[in-house]
Amino acid sequence: MEDVSKQKALKIDYTLPIKSWMEPTVEFRKGTYGYPGASKHVNYLGLPFPREWQPTDKDWKLPENWKEIILRGMKDRLGRYRSFRLFLDICVRCGACADKCHFFIGSGDPKNMPVLRAELLRSIYRRYFTLSGKVFGKLAGARELTEEVLKEWFYYFYQCTECRRCSVFCPYGIDTCEITMMARELLNLIGLNINWIVEPASKSYRTGNHLGIPPHAFKSTVDFAIDEIKEITGIQVEVPINRKGAEILFITPSADYFASPHWYTFLGYLLLFHEIGLDYTWSTYASEGGNFGLFHSADLAKRLNAKIYSEAKRLGVKWILGGECGHMWRVIHQYMDTFNGPADFLEEPISPVTGTHFDHVKSTKMVHICEFTADLIKNNKLKLDPNRNDKWKVTYHDSCNISRGMGLLEEPRYILRNVCTEFYEMPENTIKERTFCCGSGAGLGSDENMEIRLRGGFPRANAVKYVKEQYGVNLLTCICAIDRATLPPLLEYWVPGVEVAGVHELVGNALVLKGEKERTTNLRGEPLTPSEN
Amino acid sequence: MGLWYAISGILLLIFFVVIGIEGIGLYSLFAIFIPYAAILLFVVGFIYRVLKWASSPVPFHIPTVSGQQKSLPWIKADNINSPYTTGGVVKRLALEILLFRSLLKNEKVEIDAPHRLLFRTSVLLWLGAMAFHWSLLVILLRHLRFFLEPVPSVVVILQRVDSIFQNLLPILYISDLIIVIALAYLFLRRVIYPQVKYISLPSDYFVLLTIAGIALSGVLMRLIFKVDLVQVKEWVMAMLSFRPMPPKGVSLLFYIHLFFVSLLIAYFPLSKLMHMPGIFLSPTKNMRNTSRNDRHINPWNHPVKVHTYEEYEEEFRNPMKEVGLPVEKE
Repeated sequence: MEDVSKQKALKIDYTLPIKSWMEPTVEFRKGTYGYPGASKHVNYLGLPFPREWQPTDKDWKLPENWKEIILRGMKDRLGRYRSFRLFLDICVRCGACADKCHFFIGSGDPKNMPVLRAELLRSIYRRYFTLSGKVFGKLAGARELTEEVLKEWFYYFYQCTECRRCSVFCPYGIDTCEITMMARELLNLIGLNINWIVEPASKSYRTGNHLGIPPHAFKSTVDFAIDEIKEITGIQVEVPINRKGAEILFITPSADYFASPHWYTFLGYLLLFHEIGLDYTWSTYASEGGNFGLFHSADLAKRLNAKIYSEAKRLGVKWILGGECGHMWRVIHQYMDTFNGPADFLEEPISPVTGTHFDHVKSTKMVHICEFTADLIKNNKLKLDPNRNDKWKVTYHDSCNISRGMGLLEEPRYILRNVCTEFYEMPENTIKERTFCCGSGAGLGSDENMEIRLRGGFPRANAVKYVKEQYGVNLLTCICAIDRATLPPLLEYWVPGVEVAGVHELVGNALVLKGEKERTTNLRGEPLTPSEN
Repeated sequence: MGLWYAISGILLLIFFVVIGIEGIGLYSLFAIFIPYAAILLFVVGFIYRVLKWASSPVPFHIPTVSGQQKSLPWIKADNINSPYTTGGVVKRLALEILLFRSLLKNEKVEIDAPHRLLFRTSVLLWLGAMAFHWSLLVILLRHLRFFLEPVPSVVVILQRVDSIFQNLLPILYISDLIIVIALAYLFLRRVIYPQVKYISLPSDYFVLLTIAGIALSGVLMRLIFKVDLVQVKEWVMAMLSFRPMPPKGVSLLFYIHLFFVSLLIAYFPLSKLMHMPGIFLSPTKNMRNTSRNDRHINPWNHPVKVHTYEEYEEEFRNPMKEVGLPVEKE
């Protein structure tokens, strides 16, 4: 593994290889790939061809008819997805996407240019499915499907975070995310997947959440949070779980209640819900907002997503509120209603506090917590003391899926401007629809993949460094659980001294609760005023 | 490598026309048979490809959102980059198709210090693409004068405007000048910029060279080796009325021009040139960002195996009861 300690910075070299990209070459160096899915989890989900293998093995123990399976799978998907066929057909290789990919910027590997990532698949499509490819072969950019090509697919399609940034710059809107999704579906047909995706998916399937937390452990973690809140604020909050007849079902990524710094965002939610007296419930069966199935296949995404509506129905709630998460919202905003709707057993969401009709979600009936909180603040329903966040000079990272899969840009910014006193934007080339990925999304956030994560996250970190140097920013806020997990090590490597927090952590800090004791610390247990060292 | 394949291919094709016309005198082949065949291939191929796309459904609602969604009434929604009305989608597509708006956003990323990124706006590709496509359109429209009788006044006016510099440079069309410069730029960037060269396929050069061949032979016919336009129009009219006969009073250059045009339109449906109809069908650009409001239907939405609440409770009922969580079955 390349030394990823701070003493020796990663080299980024844009020199192109002499060999044409059409000759498949791939080197599985430690730190640049994820381990394959463990049979146990592949089996639990009933996915094809569970087996023990490693990408560094010469023999990947492929099923005998793997080529036939892949080509049949391609044909099937060409018929089911217009995006797939169209995006394979219409690219003109203008190259506008090349330096838009964080993995290309951070690695210099030309096959990380979105255009070439797609060509890896496109060349096979041409060879087997187009007239020009069949007739002109290499001249038309067609390649034979070989094991080497397959290995290349595995390497590069698990080196794309499906962030869609290239799609913003493409004159035809070609979305590499679609290409990567299709490639991963194909790879999964012959059991080529990575454990960081399959294991959370299997755990989520069984226990309701990616971390595999059973219901009784969920209960004790909630109890722990209640105690912590009592200690910090003197307030005893109530946290209903699996309560039938509540008005609202709240769903957030499981990392929020089990990982750090997510935990403080979790405390923030609990404080907010307590203060406004929300009639709501958590669910243990649907205790996961995230959906690692999305990084595997549409079917697996649908299988995991099904729990949300089915639990809302069982509990008899009126509508659903969703927490801070990136890809969770891609699924909820663009897929859920199609997958598992119609949610005709729910009601159109109305804020019980402000009476606001969320009439942009009439069909899906699921509201984003930032939409909900922004509405509360706008209607003066919250008493906020932004000075309690004076320790922080804050910037905001738009998560890929939230910005390019949803367009939720101003809501979190509005909240931030109301809960802290110093808020600074990163350069405009790196925020909103142009935001840079954390480098670890779409199932790539494992430790064994650290070099690639640090490379992919470099453009994001670089923008953070800019605002740190310009304004002294020391806190990067975000509304994505994967971000909260993966940005801390990224920043520690590239921009030491900047911490990571969810937006609702700052809400929780600023929120003045009725009857609370004077707060001396923030939700992290740190003194409220900035330290002088 | 790919570049030399493309150049040799083009030279071979020119040689083919020279032999065919000057050597063997296959006027009917080049003036009648090949153009008819090319048009047929174009029409059939074009329709086939578009229908092929159209026959694959759009299972999920996947616009690439590039602006503020429509949510709370006091937050200004961006109806072009995150369209919430059909009008917004039309505007978004129109800006994309007419002005190549996404290309205009292009920026170049450079590393200046060892680990410092620099973003520079980069409009050259946009400029080159705009110049090329718009001059191509003007040239195509000008050619309508060969196909329509009487020539519509719009075409006449367009032609006048296009040749406004006639006093300075006799009979030079602005569009001709621009397309040649634009093609040279689009070609050179594929040869000069290492990254673009690396991603270029032989077919990428081939298309550019074919169009360049058409443009240059056209310009030469206008400037130096003049052809009898009346005869050309008569030939076109005869072709259109399916009483074809080879044109009189035209030179080899005309045949090269015509052959390359035939080649291009026959090749069109087989190639990346299908980006022209494709953009209209691009699901990331032609959908509204209202997926939480309007349910999108997936025609093949098949049932999948799920882990039901009952199965879940079955596994965890005892520990749930122990910590006081409600259960369905005691």
